[in-house]
Amino acid sequence: MKIGTPKEVFPGENRVAMTPDSARALQKLGHDCVIESGAGLRAGFADELYKEAGVDVVEDAATLWETADIVAKVRQPDETELGYLEQGKTLISFFNPAGNEKGMEAAKEAGATVIAMESVPRISRAQKMDALSSMANIAGYRAVIEAGNNFGRFFTGQVTAAGKVPPAKVLVVGAGVAGLAAIGTSTSLGAITYAFDVRPEVAEQVESMGAEFVYLDFEEEQQDGSASGGYASVSSPEFREAQLAKFRELAPDMDIVITTALIPNREAPELWTEDMVKSMKPGSVIIDLAAEKGGNCKLTVADEKIVTENGVTIVGYTDFPSRMATQSSTLYATNIRHMMTDLTPAKDGVVNHNMDDDVIRGATVTHAGEITFPPPPPKVKAIAAVKREKPKELTAEEKRAQEVAAFKQQTKNQVTLLAVGGALLLGVGLVAPASFMQHFIVFVLAVFVGFQVIWNVSHSLHTPLMAVTNAISSIIILGALMQIGSGSFIVILLAALSVFMAGINIFGGFLVTRRMLAMFQKS
Amino acid sequence: MDYGFTTAAYVVAAVLFILSLGGLSNQESAKRAVWYGIVGMGIAVLATLIGPGSGLWLLSVVLIAAGGIIGYMLASRVEMTQMPELVAGMHALVGLAAVFVGFNAHFELVRVLSMDPAARVGLEGFAALLAKKDAVEQGILRVELFLGVFIGAITFTGSVIAYGKLSGRVTSAAQKLPGGHMLNASAAALSLLCLIWYMNTGGFLPLILMTLAALFIGYHLIMGIGGADMPVVVSMLNSYSGWAAAAIGFSLGNDLLIVVGALVGSSGAILSYIMCKAMNRSFISVILGGFGGPAGEAMAVEGEQIAIDADGVATALQEADSVIIVPGYGMAVAQAQNAVADLTRRLRDKGKEVRFAIHPVAGRLPGHMNVLLAEAKVPYDIVLEMDEINDDFPDTDVVIVIGSNDIVNPAAQDDPNSPIAGMPVLEVWKAKQVFVSKRGQGTGYSGIENPLFFKDNTRMFYGDARQSMDKLLGLLD
Repeated sequence: MKIGTPKEVFPGENRVAMTPDSARALQKLGHDCVIESGAGLRAGFADELYKEAGVDVVEDAATLWETADIVAKVRQPDETELGYLEQGKTLISFFNPAGNEKGMEAAKEAGATVIAMESVPRISRAQKMDALSSMANIAGYRAVIEAGNNFGRFFTGQVTAAGKVPPAKVLVVGAGVAGLAAIGTSTSLGAITYAFDVRPEVAEQVESMGAEFVYLDFEEEQQDGSASGGYASVSSPEFREAQLAKFRELAPDMDIVITTALIPNREAPELWTEDMVKSMKPGSVIIDLAAEKGGNCKLTVADEKIVTENGVTIVGYTDFPSRMATQSSTLYATNIRHMMTDLTPAKDGVVNHNMDDDVIRGATVTHAGEITFPPPPPKVKAIAAVKREKPKELTAEEKRAQEVAAFKQQTKNQVTLLAVGGALLLGVGLVAPASFMQHFIVFVLAVFVGFQVIWNVSHSLHTPLMAVTNAISSIIILGALMQIGSGSFIVILLAALSVFMAGINIFGGFLVTRRMLAMFQKS
Repeated sequence: MDYGFTTAAYVVAAVLFILSLGGLSNQESAKRAVWYGIVGMGIAVLATLIGPGSGLWLLSVVLIAAGGIIGYMLASRVEMTQMPELVAGMHALVGLAAVFVGFNAHFELVRVLSMDPAARVGLEGFAALLAKKDAVEQGILRVELFLGVFIGAITFTGSVIAYGKLSGRVTSAAQKLPGGHMLNASAAALSLLCLIWYMNTGGFLPLILMTLAALFIGYHLIMGIGGADMPVVVSMLNSYSGWAAAAIGFSLGNDLLIVVGALVGSSGAILSYIMCKAMNRSFISVILGGFGGPAGEAMAVEGEQIAIDADGVATALQEADSVIIVPGYGMAVAQAQNAVADLTRRLRDKGKEVRFAIHPVAGRLPGHMNVLLAEAKVPYDIVLEMDEINDDFPDTDVVIVIGSNDIVNPAAQDDPNSPIAGMPVLEVWKAKQVFVSKRGQGTGYSGIENPLFFKDNTRMFYGDARQSMDKLLGLLD
């Protein structure tokens, strides 16, 4: 198959869906690659580099769409591009299927297959093609860099000959992939970083990145991220209030606020209100990564940088990944390549669009003349569900009742055992002669003592216990000793052998036990 | 018994033995407890030598001394990792001795009975004891010595096979001759017939026939038990050797033999019971042979095993605050306990919390891992049992599994069809990261696939456990 990548037509988009490296890997799968002239230029990949990698360079978009069987691109296709789609062509791209009815209709009409990169299910196996995560990672990093660019001070605190500089305080709202990337970048630059998320289970991840998790004093059933594929969902009004109150408290102290809170297929929730912005110090910076969906701060203007009356800079860029086009193109192209690897299981250049595969099924939005969006839920859950079963708290009475019942049961068992044992003993006593009974009593008592004593032996000493009992069991030597002096040659021989073997056992057993016990020591 | 002094000495010895076993309840008193046992044994042997066993005492002393030297050499040379074999081997000795003593009792009985009453008066020692018995007592004596020989013979071959399996000389897989349990049952039935025959005739033939049958039962029973169940087998054989001694004690009329035999027997039985409980298996099913076939199709394992090299493990360890090490038989095989202990020390010096999680059936002998770690001077207060540590895994950064498999197998909880379903396991997969040090990709001793190795937070650290640990040590400076 021929895989082609056109130049992105969206204004300001610098990324490209194929790099020379990814083209080489695609060719190993048996595919041919073709690219529109100048497609990689703004990401730092000139046409020559592609040619070196064995990629055909064609002059214009129309030719490219004509020749390629599979078109990989970054941005959602515009109307012209949708017009190029035809029967048998496959488009791999961001497609925004949830908000792009028209696009899906067009693709369906054309009979083309569309794989939407944002629909790749969030399961472990599909992480390698999760373009949303790789782009979010870049956005998070870039958000901190952008903030630093607009912030007039150091991130890290310094004591210099020219005076003391306090460290910057950064608050990251939303600890998804972008949030975590922002936290990592910010802490490594030396800022004191705080982070908040509605999902308390990410607190651990936040702390692992070196930031402090902001906890709310709020008692509510916690959100279980597993139900929504690891994404946050809408929270209750009470929870929201508690959250905003906490932010209000933090706002005057924060130098940089990075908001990344997005809920799939909804407008971004307002988390940073106007009064919070007003309470911030002049020179502070807000980076709103949710600007595209309306922003977590209502003052945000998408794609623009504004300065408020009290001197707070609010950055609403929506093209952070595009601002680091080389990096983001590399990652995105790799995601595409992994997608192609899954689509070409035999590595023979033949695409096998297996709709039974969770990942391929999930990402495909139109196929064989039908709209296949939304996909059925994947068979594998994104992350493990939080266990909710808690052992029921027992009331004092119930506990008491249980104890009494257990005690009764125990008593019953013991009495039964004693009765049965006693009866057996009596039965034996009726037939057996007195001389036997003497020994028998000793035997029963010894068994009893043995049971009582052994239960207390600590688990770690079981091996020494076995060695000791092994050594002690060579008490059989007594029998042999008693016999050795009496009777015929064969008796003497057998008894002598027994004495000898038991002798080995006595010394060996005790010595080994001592060796073992000598090793147990306290720190 | 005519020897008042001997009886008194026996009482002292019996008390000492009980104290010796009771003293094992903790590590400190255990050191004293061994001495109780040694002194008790010394008193018992001495009292017998100057009392009822005084005939040919010089020969006895020489033989004990010779046996002692061999025992001493064995015990001081053995590696701690070979402990299970040694214990099993020594059980075989006790079993064989019990068989011989039982035979002797028979020979003596026959000899005494063949004498006329006048001649019996002049008898000494053991024979004199026999001479006093009346007909009923002789009957009981026959039953007792018969039982003693029977149990002793099973213990003997069983221990020999256990020794072979533990030392790798016999295949560790569960093996059965065609006929399975029927063979055991018919051998047992044959023994029962022999008992009736023996009771009626008092001849040697039924006794020897029964002995052969019992030897076969011992062999076949233990051959049919898989390697993973060995801890139970060893403690069970331990128990048998005790009961054999007790039965012989009855036939010889020696109370100390009875007491000690009963102590050992019950202790072994309890140990086996504890082991079985830890594996969630019924005692009967272990004894009657190995793992049964799976109840249904076992869950297929998805995913792949991802390998990691020493660098990766070292980096993760550097970053971890809390580490739990789960040792298993593989650590014993590779003799890695000292390297593990060094690693522990290194990590603790860096201020990390390092603990050991020991599953009750880790290794091939009850408490096997504790002994190895103790040998390597790992302080015992950081070595924890399954119940103590299982809840801590979710808060743990790194878990290192060294040569254990079934005891960390999540299938025991997740897969009702797994052969080990319901067995309590260490929940290592709940930790943030799990490294499994393992020789290769094969399944473990029990041959069950382990889904842990395929989990996302698991990395396989292939290689010989000791070399792997040494490599880690080099990287952790």
